[in-house]
Amino acid sequence: MTDANLLLLLIMLPFMGSALAAMLPGNARNGEAWLSGGVAVAAFAIAASLFPEVATGGVVRREVEWMPEIGLNFTLRMDGFAWMFSMLITGIGLLVVIYARYYMSPKDPVPRFFSFLLAFMGAMQGMVISGNLILLGIFWELTSIFSFLLIGYWHHNAAARDGARMALIITGIGGLGLLVGLVLIGHIVGSYELDAVLASGDAIRDHDLYVPALLLILLGALTKSAQFPFHFWLPNAMAAPTPVSAYLHSATMVKAGVFLLARLWPVLSGTDEWFLIVGFTGMATLLLGAYFAIFQQDLKGLLAYSTISHLGLITTLLSLGSPLAAVAAIFHMMNHATFKASLFMAAGIIDHEAGTRDMRRLSGLFSSLPITATLAMVASAAMAGVPLLNGFLSKEMFFAETLEQHHGSLLDGAAPYAATIASAFAVAYSVRFIHTVFFGPKPVDLPREPHEPPHWMRLPIELLVLICLIVGVIPGITVGPYLHAAVVAVLGERTPEYSLAVWHGFNTPLMMSAVALVGGALLYLSLGRYLARGEDGPPLFRELRGQRIFERILVTISWRWARWMESHLGTRRLQPQLRLVVSIAFVAALWPLFSAGFTPGWPSLEGVDPVFAAIWAVGAICALGAAHQAKYHRLAALILMGGAGIVTCITFVWLSAPDLAVTQLLVEIVTTVLILLGLRWLPKRVEKVDNSAKPLARMRRHRDFTLAVLCGAGMTMIAYAVMKSPLPDTIGDFFLTRAYPEGGGTNVVNVILVDFRGFDTFGEITVLGIVALTVFALLRRFRPAPDSVGVPEQQRIQNAFDDERPDREVGETVRDYLMVPSVIMQWMFPLAILLAAYLFLRGHDLPGGGFAAGIAMAIGFLLQYIGGGTRWVEDRLRILPVRWIGSGLLIAAFTGIGAWLFGMPFLTSHFQYLDVPVIGKVPAASALLFDLGVFSLVVGATVLILIALAHQSVRSHRVRAVEAAKLEEDA
Amino acid sequence: MELVLALGIGVLTGSGVWLLLRPRTYQVIIGLALLSYAVNLFIFSMGRQLKVGAAPVVAAGAEIDPLAFADPVPQALVLTAIVIGFATTALFLVVLLAARGLTGTDHVDGREPER
Repeated sequence: MTDANLLLLLIMLPFMGSALAAMLPGNARNGEAWLSGGVAVAAFAIAASLFPEVATGGVVRREVEWMPEIGLNFTLRMDGFAWMFSMLITGIGLLVVIYARYYMSPKDPVPRFFSFLLAFMGAMQGMVISGNLILLGIFWELTSIFSFLLIGYWHHNAAARDGARMALIITGIGGLGLLVGLVLIGHIVGSYELDAVLASGDAIRDHDLYVPALLLILLGALTKSAQFPFHFWLPNAMAAPTPVSAYLHSATMVKAGVFLLARLWPVLSGTDEWFLIVGFTGMATLLLGAYFAIFQQDLKGLLAYSTISHLGLITTLLSLGSPLAAVAAIFHMMNHATFKASLFMAAGIIDHEAGTRDMRRLSGLFSSLPITATLAMVASAAMAGVPLLNGFLSKEMFFAETLEQHHGSLLDGAAPYAATIASAFAVAYSVRFIHTVFFGPKPVDLPREPHEPPHWMRLPIELLVLICLIVGVIPGITVGPYLHAAVVAVLGERTPEYSLAVWHGFNTPLMMSAVALVGGALLYLSLGRYLARGEDGPPLFRELRGQRIFERILVTISWRWARWMESHLGTRRLQPQLRLVVSIAFVAALWPLFSAGFTPGWPSLEGVDPVFAAIWAVGAICALGAAHQAKYHRLAALILMGGAGIVTCITFVWLSAPDLAVTQLLVEIVTTVLILLGLRWLPKRVEKVDNSAKPLARMRRHRDFTLAVLCGAGMTMIAYAVMKSPLPDTIGDFFLTRAYPEGGGTNVVNVILVDFRGFDTFGEITVLGIVALTVFALLRRFRPAPDSVGVPEQQRIQNAFDDERPDREVGETVRDYLMVPSVIMQWMFPLAILLAAYLFLRGHDLPGGGFAAGIAMAIGFLLQYIGGGTRWVEDRLRILPVRWIGSGLLIAAFTGIGAWLFGMPFLTSHFQYLDVPVIGKVPAASALLFDLGVFSLVVGATVLILIALAHQSVRSHRVRAVEAAKLEEDA
Repeated sequence: MELVLALGIGVLTGSGVWLLLRPRTYQVIIGLALLSYAVNLFIFSMGRQLKVGAAPVVAAGAEIDPLAFADPVPQALVLTAIVIGFATTALFLVVLLAARGLTGTDHVDGREPER
């Protein structure tokens, strides 16, 4: 396999492992650990094997075209810097997996844990080797999401949920900013490829958009790396299981921010904006983090603030803009990852063994945990910057750099002092960590009796501490080549001369170290009494809680503003909403017309057919009448609406649209029946005179009337203007000329529906089927209003009539009602089927087709229901509308799929003419089969809707019967 | 002809919009039906020129002059629109009935306005 494909594997392995891990049984701690460990080892080996390629500034690339038309490629790119991070991610990942195997309790659902952990590893890995800015943004977001899932792993715990949510919101907002910033950079450079971006530093820095882009990218990087003022999410994320903290919050995720700063350092740094913003943030974070860390009572809280402070140190170094400072920053990223991961793991062991991580309860653990204590001491010495450990080296470099002057501002002048003070704080909290936990009196009433953990759980710490030691003593020959590869990758030609020696002679940085060590120790001693009081939080800044400010903002935005908007801008009433919709539609139609200089021409009466005009006079009266009557006279309104429908239908006939006329007429019939069936369930409304007397109501009516008139006039104007203006060639020509040669039908409308635009029709009938099923489902739960349950008035009168006559039984009149029409309707059934078949068969060549035939067939069924009644029909005829719908869809779909058998695209039609004896020439197009599907579905859907509604009457009989039975029982 | 049809569309639209803004569900359903007539006719009239007696049914195998026929595209659009219009009317009717059953009122907001 080539090196380039190895890059792809490096990302895919963890994700595949993640999918696999999710499928293992819940108690498979060993299986999960072996799987995850295997993935981590493999990824580590792959990354390690690539070192020769990147050692001297080389780059390994793998490019997969993704969306090349918008400059988006799946580019993977590994250089020395990315390689260093890959090693950290996979190497520390492996150690964390081993550690987690022993840390997680058998009761924890481990598949979820390891699955998320591996997915996070993949996302982080993808982030560092992305060679495309957008790709980088995507992996960046993925790390945020998996970090959210991992922090909230113990989701039964409220602190875990809150911490996870806070981390997601803060890093998510940052991620959004970052994405916009990256897009801006891409816009400036003209490419999203990292190579192109890194090569155009001057262009970026000189561009007008440099400052906005910088601010947005910094927003992303600083939130991710928990820099002031976004630092508060990290301590809250400590609710995560300790392996997660060791991995995400020391070595990897929080490093993503500084990784990005370093990655883009060559193109973004060196300006005043960069120095001021990044420098101020870094120094503030450095000092505040270290200060807060001293006063934490929670072990992990102390480590979290220490991490914030160290990230601030790295940020400060990057802000300086000098190559040497960048070297120090990169070096410190590695060093911090090693000692902090080991310290988190040690804190986890203490928590695991003693049952608490509260420093007020822990003390004197040295005798029960001697080895862990020793390891923790070495690691925290590295954290404090004691000579002969790796933390000392990068800290010395940091001191040296702060002394160098760079910009001559106040910030610059303060840097050495800030560095020394922060370093003294670091010494103080490191000493406090060790002294409080391991020394002093024997602990009293701990939840558990502490003793050394299993050796395998301690092994990761031992390895990391060993690295701290080796790097600290002989840096040049151990870490030297790797650091060099990373530095060259970032700095390129600007790589400075630097020395990794432990001893540089007596110089100012050494003096600063000494001051910090002594000062830190003295500070701890003098704080002894204050710390013994066990107060939570640091003095002076106790009230400055980022968390509380964050919560307050969150409540304001998501609750208070939302409520305000809802109560001031929203309404739960439908009418104002519809009024707004109609008004907006009106303005939206008017605006472009008048902005394009449209002026309505004067209409001419020329060519007006008096018959047509008379028909429409009736139509207009019907429409207006329906509008007027709909409130109090529903049946009248329905009939008038039908009148308008008939006029529409005649218009279609008149203007050469026979297909539409047929369909409109048939749909008109079913719609009327449908609404008639519904009328029964509406409340009675008696016309009252005083109703509209109120001035407010009258005003509303006037307003609505004006709006209605305006809309009507507008539609008239537009329709007239369009009809009067000549149109050039339309796509209609295409269909007209091709319908017969290519579709095999002479009825162009039908050929369009079942052939040219068959896929649209397929979608359309699917919608119809869905609507029918929805209606059916809604009506299953239908409860009629109490005042509609009673026997309808007409039946009451008829029954009363029966009651009065001794020779008649009650119910006879109802049964015999409309006897003659109902017999005729029963006889019509075969005729309706014949009509449907006729409409269907002629459809391809003459007006008709599946839609019309389907509705005609449905009307046939409907007539039986109307004539005979629901029970009479269902005793004799089993209609299974859902099957009609299903088979209709299947026929249409299989007709379409059939084309695949011949290697054609979905729904390609085929036709030929068959000579059938007696009948003659019959078109046999595959489109006919498709039309059969349409037919079947339309029948099923229409019948299903109408029958479901008709059944409600049967149901209400049942309700009445049940209630009557209940009454009898009570009596 | 165009003028008459345009006026007809306008009247249908006006009646439909007026009913749409009324408080009772039945008024809204009738309004929607009228509005859908108007919209269907409007789409139908957007084709190339209205023609009388020129249905888009071509002669098999003959040379075809597209200008001699009515525009088939808006017709195909409207055909499916008619059927879908029926489906939405049915759906709305059922929602209306269900709301009436649940709330006991036929006001569009599911409760009588305060007086």
